[in-house]
Formats: sequence, C-alpha cells, structure tokens
Amino acid sequence: MSVFSKERYGFLARSEILGLLALAALIVVVVPLSLDIFRLNLVGKYLTYAFVAIGLVLCWGFGGILSLGQGIFFGLGGYCMAMFLKLEASSVENTKIQSTPGIPDFMDWNQLTSLPWFWQPFKSLPLTLIAVVAVPAVFAFVIGTAMFKRRVGGVYFAIITQAVAAILTILIIGQQGFTGGINGITDLRTLLGWDIRTDHAKYVLYFVNAALLMGVLVLGYFVRASKLGRILVAMRDKEDRVRFSGYSVASFKTFVFCLAAALAAVGGAMFTLQVGFMSPSFVGIVPSIEMVIYTAVGGRLSLIGAVYGTLLVNAAKTALSESFPQLWLLGLGGLFIAVVLAFPNGLAGIWGAWIAPWFARLTKSGSHGSAVANGSPAE
Amino acid sequence: MSTDPTNPHRPDLLRRRLLMGMAAAPFMGLAARSAFAQAPATAAVNTTGLAVTDTEVTVGILHSVTGTMAISETGSVQAEKLAIEQINAMGGVLGRKIKIIQEDGASDWPNFAEKAKKLLVNDKCASVFGCWTSASRKAVLPVFEQYNGMLYYPTFYEGLEQSKNVIYTGQEATQQIIAGLDWVNKTKGAKTFYLLGSDYIWPRTSNKIARKHIEGHLAGGKVVGEEYFPLGHTQFNSVINKIKLVKPDVIYAIIVGGSNVAFYKQLKAAGIDLSKQTLLTISVTEDEIDGIGGENIAGAFACMKYFQSLDNPNNKAFVEAFHKMWGDKTVIGDVTQAAYLGPWLWKYTVEKAGSFDIDKVAAASPGVEFKGAPEGYVRIHENHHLWSKTRVGKARADGQYDVIYETADLVEPDPFPKGYQ
Repeated sequence: MSVFSKERYGFLARSEILGLLALAALIVVVVPLSLDIFRLNLVGKYLTYAFVAIGLVLCWGFGGILSLGQGIFFGLGGYCMAMFLKLEASSVENTKIQSTPGIPDFMDWNQLTSLPWFWQPFKSLPLTLIAVVAVPAVFAFVIGTAMFKRRVGGVYFAIITQAVAAILTILIIGQQGFTGGINGITDLRTLLGWDIRTDHAKYVLYFVNAALLMGVLVLGYFVRASKLGRILVAMRDKEDRVRFSGYSVASFKTFVFCLAAALAAVGGAMFTLQVGFMSPSFVGIVPSIEMVIYTAVGGRLSLIGAVYGTLLVNAAKTALSESFPQLWLLGLGGLFIAVVLAFPNGLAGIWGAWIAPWFARLTKSGSHGSAVANGSPAE
Repeated sequence: MSTDPTNPHRPDLLRRRLLMGMAAAPFMGLAARSAFAQAPATAAVNTTGLAVTDTEVTVGILHSVTGTMAISETGSVQAEKLAIEQINAMGGVLGRKIKIIQEDGASDWPNFAEKAKKLLVNDKCASVFGCWTSASRKAVLPVFEQYNGMLYYPTFYEGLEQSKNVIYTGQEATQQIIAGLDWVNKTKGAKTFYLLGSDYIWPRTSNKIARKHIEGHLAGGKVVGEEYFPLGHTQFNSVINKIKLVKPDVIYAIIVGGSNVAFYKQLKAAGIDLSKQTLLTISVTEDEIDGIGGENIAGAFACMKYFQSLDNPNNKAFVEAFHKMWGDKTVIGDVTQAAYLGPWLWKYTVEKAGSFDIDKVAAASPGVEFKGAPEGYVRIHENHHLWSKTRVGKARADGQYDVIYETADLVEPDPFPKGYQ
C-alpha cells in the first residue's frame, strides 16, 4: 500500500470516502427530509435495485462477466423473504375461511391441503435470513461452476443467464400452487408481529435499507482494492495471462458471480419488505436487462455511480410515467440511448471527465480522484 | 380486512345532521331537495380528506396503456372516460364535476401497486377505476385495503375474493361458466368436454369449476382432457391432434391474449370446422376476434354477459355514444361494457350514501342498481359483485356475435362457491 500511502485510508482513497459521505448524506439526510413517506418509500424501492447494480459493477465492470440474469437472484432473495412473511400472514386465525386454514391463500385455491416441505424452513426467521443469501449464492455457484469450468464466457454466458431467468419465470408461473404463480406472493403484513405496512415501519425499513446499502458499497470498495479485485480486472483484460500465471480463473469468476448474486438477493429481500409483495415479474428477462441498464447508466466501472444510475433511471421512470402515461416508454428509451451514445462510461464518466476536473480547477488542488480510476476495459 | 376504526364522534354528528335535515325538510319542501341535489357542503360529504372540492371530485383511472396488456385495457379506459364524460354532462356527482387522473400500469404488476398508492396517498382519489388482470388486482388489493380506497374492477375473473374496497363489475367464474355448460348440455346434448387454458389462475380456477360442474351436475358429463399452455404460447398442433383423436363433444377453451390468434388459426388449418365441432369459450370477446380474424372463429360459442350486438335501447345508445367518442371502428367487448358500469355505479352509490367517504360508499353499495346498463339491469350484491344475466353468443365471420341464449333471471354472484372448490 505504500505507493498510495498519502491518498489512502485503509482501502479507500480520499475521494472515495468523500463520495461515500456525500451519498450517505443524500440518502440518509436530504432525501428523508425533503420527501413525504410515499415518495420516500419509492426511493427505498429504487435503492433495493442499487444492490443489484453494485453487484453488477463487481461482476461485469471489474470481472468482465456480463450477467443478464440478475433478476434470478433478486427474485430468489425476495421470494425467500416473501415466503416467511406470507406464512406469518397466513395464521390459522387469518385464514379461517379457507378449506385448509393455516396455509397461504393461493395454496388453498390450488387444492393443496398441507404446506409443501420446502416451505417449512421459512417458518423461522433465522433460517429465512440464511436462505435469503444462501439459496441464490448456491444457485449462482452451480451455474458459475458449470459454465466457467468449461470456459464458457462472454456473450455465451450472458445468453445462458438469460435462458435461466426465463426458465425460472416459467417454473414459478407454472407451479402456482407452490409459488403463487403469476400473481406472486401478495398481501404480506407483519414481520414477527411488527406491521410492515405502517408509515413508521416504512421509515425504519428505509433507514435499514440505506445502512445496508452503504455497508455493501464499502464491501465493494474493499473487494476492488484487494488482491482479488486486481485479479478480477486482470482477468477481464487478459484472461489467458492470468490463467498462465497459475490462477484458477474459473474459481475467481465463480466467486464474484456468487458475490453479485448474494448482493442482489439482499436487495430482493429488502424490496419485499418495503413493497409488500414479490412476483415473477422481477425474475424474468426484462427486469434483468433493466438492472444492467441501471449499471450502464451509472457507469459500469463505478460502484457509487451504480447507485446514482439506479436512482436516476427509476426516478425518471416514475416521473415520466406520471406525466406522460402514453409516451413515457419512448422518453425512457431515448434517455438510455443518449446516455450510452454520449457517455459510454455513464454518470461516473460524466463526473470524471467534466465535473471533477472543474472542481479541481476551482479548488486548485491536484488532479487526483478520477472516478474512472480503473481505466476502460480492453474489450 | 383493514380495520379502520371510525371516528367515534362521526356517527353522532351524522345522526344530528340527519335529524336537522329531517326536521327542516317539511318547511323547505322541494326547494330543499333541489338545493341538496345541486351541491351539499364539502365538509358534509367528505369527512376523510379525499380530493373533493365544492366544484370538483377527483377519481383515478389505472390501466395499462403500454405493454402487452394495452391492447385489452384500452377499451376499458375508453369506456370509463365515456361514462365520466356523460356523468359530467348530466351535472356530475353530488353537484361536482369528475376530474380524472390517469396512471399507466404498464402491464407490470408492481407498477400497478406503486401507481395505486400514488392515486390514493398523493392524489386522494375518491374512487379508482382500473386493473384488468388478476395479477394486477392482487397487487393493488392490499394497497386499497390499507389506505382505504375504492376500486371498480371490470374484468370477468376467477372469484375467490371479496373485499370491502372493491366492486367487481365483471362476472366471477361461476356466473360465467355454469349457465353456459348447462346450455351446451341441454341444447347440444354435449357430454364429453376437452378443457384448455392458458396457464395462470383464472383459466385454472375456471376449469376447476367447469370440471366439478360437468362431472357432478351434468347427466353423463365427462372431462376427456385438460391442458394448459404458458401465456404467449403459439404452438397448439399437438393438442389439436389429441382433440382430433378423442373427438370431444365440446372444446372448452380459456386461452387468453395473443395465443388465441395462433390457436384458432391452427384449429382451422387442422381441418376442425367450428360449425360441426362445438367450441365454447369464455375468454374471447369482440376485442380478441379483432386479432383472431372473424373468419377463423366463426361458428364458435362464447359465454359471457355482454355482446356488442345485444339488442336493447340502452345498448344502442351506448354503442352509438362509444363510436361517436372513439371512432366507428372500435369494437366493444364484455370487459369494456363492464368498465363502463364502474363510474355509473359509483355515482349512484355516492348519491345513495350522500357522501364521498369510502366507508359510507362501501356500506351503501349493496342494493345499488343501474337500470341504464348496456347489458340490461344490474344490481350490486352484498358481496360487492354484480347480479347479471349470462348470455351465449355465436361468432359471426364479421367479428360480431349473434346472441342466441340468455338466462331468464339475473345470476347470483358466488365468489366462494360451495362444492366447487
């Protein structure tokens, strides 16, 4: 670390610490103070997508592995949480009009008379919290091992993740007695008796979500600054050289893919808590690609840019759809095309190329702290 | 389900106001009644802070105008706007003009929930007309219950639901299914049925009810096949071959959306002539025939509560007004008509309750009738569904149906049918 000693505090550069503080101030202070609870809850929902976007920066931006199936993991995490909440909402007392009280309503509609075995662990919160991270991570491990050991990469990997997303959606929709089908798992009410639908609960969940997000960001910076992070970038730029240097490329790829999956799953679980339901429409191809767009707009090489990208895209989506119900998709599409054409490195690119130098000139300090510190990928 | 404790002072206040009104009535006579009909004070008709002013009341329209469902939901939006325009031309509701805030559900269920919340929490809409698919309704239902809103839902659907905060203006499954099966059994002597459906809750629940009725209530009734296809499925050759092999008396089809186009074209290409093979569907309205092509489905029977060709004065006026507002080429299907009922039923309910308050509107809903409904007379049941007639139509090559049967009486809605679950 001696090379960076003046500018670095642990694994963070000074500009990165400032960036984190600014973001924290924005989402913990400015946003809650300036928005009413309805809008704040929306921002909370957007921020759950930011977990996915951060995972994608690690996996795609640094590791060069483009996954078009992050919705799988977001969905799995969300479903795990939703199963727990649904079981709690389906107490015998709440469901006494059903032919089998005590099981979720959609199971009753589909003539199930007892709880399926794989729902049993979700009666316990600790097991659920483990499952939220473990189920998607194990699933990612299986996909990752199967693909990377066979040296499947690039577009082929992207296509396969997309296929898996489609398969999982069809599976969830088809097995509606076990999963709630296309309706998803709806009408979630309490977490250990605590009503998650009240305004107070929404505030609490927003701050929990914000704190988790900041934690995940710091984790992301840690990974990037570590030896692992440098191997990731090396793999992205010259995979063969890394392999010939004796590193197990497949293991590193699998690891970062699992990490991104676990982060997406945490986002999914927080999403379920804040929005109050989960449905297969978060698992499929379209949401998965949207999540990649958040990362692209934010800048795929910038962890913090991913958060801003997610916020910007979702805010634009909400605002445009409220003002122009018939035309908003065109406006949104135009925005994406404009960003990708004009600023291939997204918001972080705009910051690095225009705003940061302007600040530097203003303060007459050195020209450190480019947000695109890792340079462009060699692809 | 939501338990909003009512303000303890409110019943007293209301009673006092009513007493005052009753005491004053004999003195003021007709003048008082007409003044009341013009515009009662906002404070009296809106005690819970809805978006009601002295001259205006705000309602929401929440359908998909983009995405895969837009093709189906556009008709509902048009019908609701027509009804609201007509109500405004008549002087509005309790002397207030209706103002519309429209949001796009974008064929995306979570988005429906977000927009529903916006309409209730931000815009304080006194009522919302919207949703189409069951999934979108399931997504917004907790929102309407939590924030105590009122939703008028137009689509025929699977039942198994009932909420204080929803009025279901389409038919629930038993209303649509049982009369049609009885009819086909009686007039065609049909005994064997092949059930088909798209793979989601409505077709599955409907076929479940159909199977129970066929096997339990029709003499010699038998289900000889039951199959489901993912939404958007376009390859029906293998099931069509099976149907040719089994030769059921009736093909009972609940295929939705774009899949219909492929299904009926492939049926025809496979040589199944719908004038000889009876096919009964509950999912193809005039809107769908637009895409399927009348020549591909001519001869099929559909069972629902409304057809554009229905011959009565209400419907003639409705079709004419609809065409005037939205163009002569637009077709009007069952759901479009049901969507048209929403604003009218809400208006009559508000006037019956004498208040825009959601709790009072919900409580006043049972028994509200709409004599001017294009489908004929309808009335709201205690369970918030509608009493309505069920009809069978035979598809013509020009995309319309000939109405060939209707139930003698209104069919009672029964969202939780005993013995059918």
